[in-house]
Amino acid sequence: MKHRLLAIPLLLAGLNLSLSALADEFNADDLKRWQAGFMSTVKSGEKLFHGGINNPNTMSCDQCHPNAANTHPETYPKFQQQLGKVAVLGEMINWCIRNPLKGKPLALDSDDMAALQAYITWERRGVALAPGKH
Amino acid sequence: MSKYSRRDFLRKASVLAAAGTLPISLVEVAFGESHPKNFTFAFISDSHITQTKGNNFVENWDRGLRRSVAECNLLDPRPDFIIYGGDIAQLGKPEEIDHGLDILAGLRGDVRYVMGEHDYYLDLGSHWRKRLGPERYSFDHKDVHFVVLNSILTYPEWTHKQWDGGMQRMLQMARLDNPHGSPFMVGDEQRQWLQADLAKIDKATPVVVFSHSPIQKIYKGWNFWTDDAEQVQALLKPFDKATVIYGHVHQIQYNQIDNISFHAVMATAWPWPYPSTYKQAESHLAKLTVPMNRADPFFERDATGWQFIDMHSGNVDLRYVLPGNTSRRVAFDEEAGRPMDTRYQGAMARIPPRNHY
Ligand code: HEC
Ligand SMILES: [Fe+2]
Ligand SMILES: [Fe+2]
Repeated sequence: MKHRLLAIPLLLAGLNLSLSALADEFNADDLKRWQAGFMSTVKSGEKLFHGGINNPNTMSCDQCHPNAANTHPETYPKFQQQLGKVAVLGEMINWCIRNPLKGKPLALDSDDMAALQAYITWERRGVALAPGKH
Repeated sequence: MSKYSRRDFLRKASVLAAAGTLPISLVEVAFGESHPKNFTFAFISDSHITQTKGNNFVENWDRGLRRSVAECNLLDPRPDFIIYGGDIAQLGKPEEIDHGLDILAGLRGDVRYVMGEHDYYLDLGSHWRKRLGPERYSFDHKDVHFVVLNSILTYPEWTHKQWDGGMQRMLQMARLDNPHGSPFMVGDEQRQWLQADLAKIDKATPVVVFSHSPIQKIYKGWNFWTDDAEQVQALLKPFDKATVIYGHVHQIQYNQIDNISFHAVMATAWPWPYPSTYKQAESHLAKLTVPMNRADPFFERDATGWQFIDMHSGNVDLRYVLPGNTSRRVAFDEEAGRPMDTRYQGAMARIPPRNHY
């Protein structure tokens, strides 16, 4: 009992030390660089969305979703009754690639999928999260 | 919120569709209480026929156009004529225009055509004109004066830029949300023609204008817009009753500006979201429009359709034929002095799937 009580402040002191030693320091330049990295992914997503996805129907996402309208990223994950389960945004992106476009679905963890989601979500910035909403 | 779920709604609607309930009987009712000068015409628009390779075309868009042709042929009594509202083709290729016209050749009755930007910007309308004749004209039918305009022209500096061929220009104009696009307009020369054409018409004669773009300013970012809209409206102002019916927006819209009623028509190909659903910009859709239902992506014909139009007492009564959805009727309300949805105008009369957000 006594031992333990003593151990706590020691442990905390140790943690503090290691925290300050490990703390990730970043400055305005880092923030700028990360923002630029994000925006360049948004840009590649915008390109994919506007005719950058090869498909036998020669269709593009913006043909039905100008400025990514009606893609509602803020509502995901949500129950998609036609899929019979709770789906993430990427699954519905793949649904549209497979169906109207007749194309090949993207791996959910692929760079292209990240770029498409970055663009779609960027166009929807400022809208409150509404998970599950229909 | 309500006892209707979207699924129930869709299921009921598809049962109706399966039973083959075209609203044909509704036309007969309209005729039953009609005046000898009443007549109907049909309106098909925006089929966006897309050539993928050689003789292959996107089947989805072919099916939409074929369906509207087949349904339109079932109308009884027959409409006096049929208007095609523009965008036969997706990229203005002769193969696309020809393929679309082959399908439209199945229509029973006279068809008159409006030029869309997708028909125009590859070769500045030359193949379209070769097949269909001039893109602006007027005609009279049962005491109504009809005018067809090419409203998808734009500033000559844009049209005649140093393009890397017509296809590059076409692709730029085909992208709805293109920040480097250029606004539609009727243009000086055509407005002068319109003024001269209307000068001969008695101001008590109802005038109906067919255009591809809205002849009003809704949202410039997607070219739901005509840059010289006010000047064209001014030419229609002296008439007791004027109506503009337009394609391009792929959705239900209606409006009243002074003496002019505005109606948009559905596409046979695909629906577009309302501009208000894009949160980064402001748009100006008339408040009185009851929006169409959000489209179900799992049913490819949802929120597409065609319409037939009852012309009576100089006003139009527009019926939207919507596969898998209850048909809608937007009619001129004499008391209110503007078009109204005959069923869903009141906010309480709407059902959940109508929400766009
Ligand atoms: C032929 C038209 C068409 C094309 C092309 C198309 N979609 Fe869709 N998509 C739809 C419709 C219609 C909906 C349902 C819209 C709604 O819910 O309001 C939809 C829904 C979606 C949704 C889900 C929206 C929600 O509310 O849950 C996402 C995400 C999506 N599309 C992404 C894409 C992407 C990415 C592409 C390109 C690969 C694409 N779509 C191409 C018609 C299309
Ligand atoms: Fe169109
Ligand atoms: Fe158009």
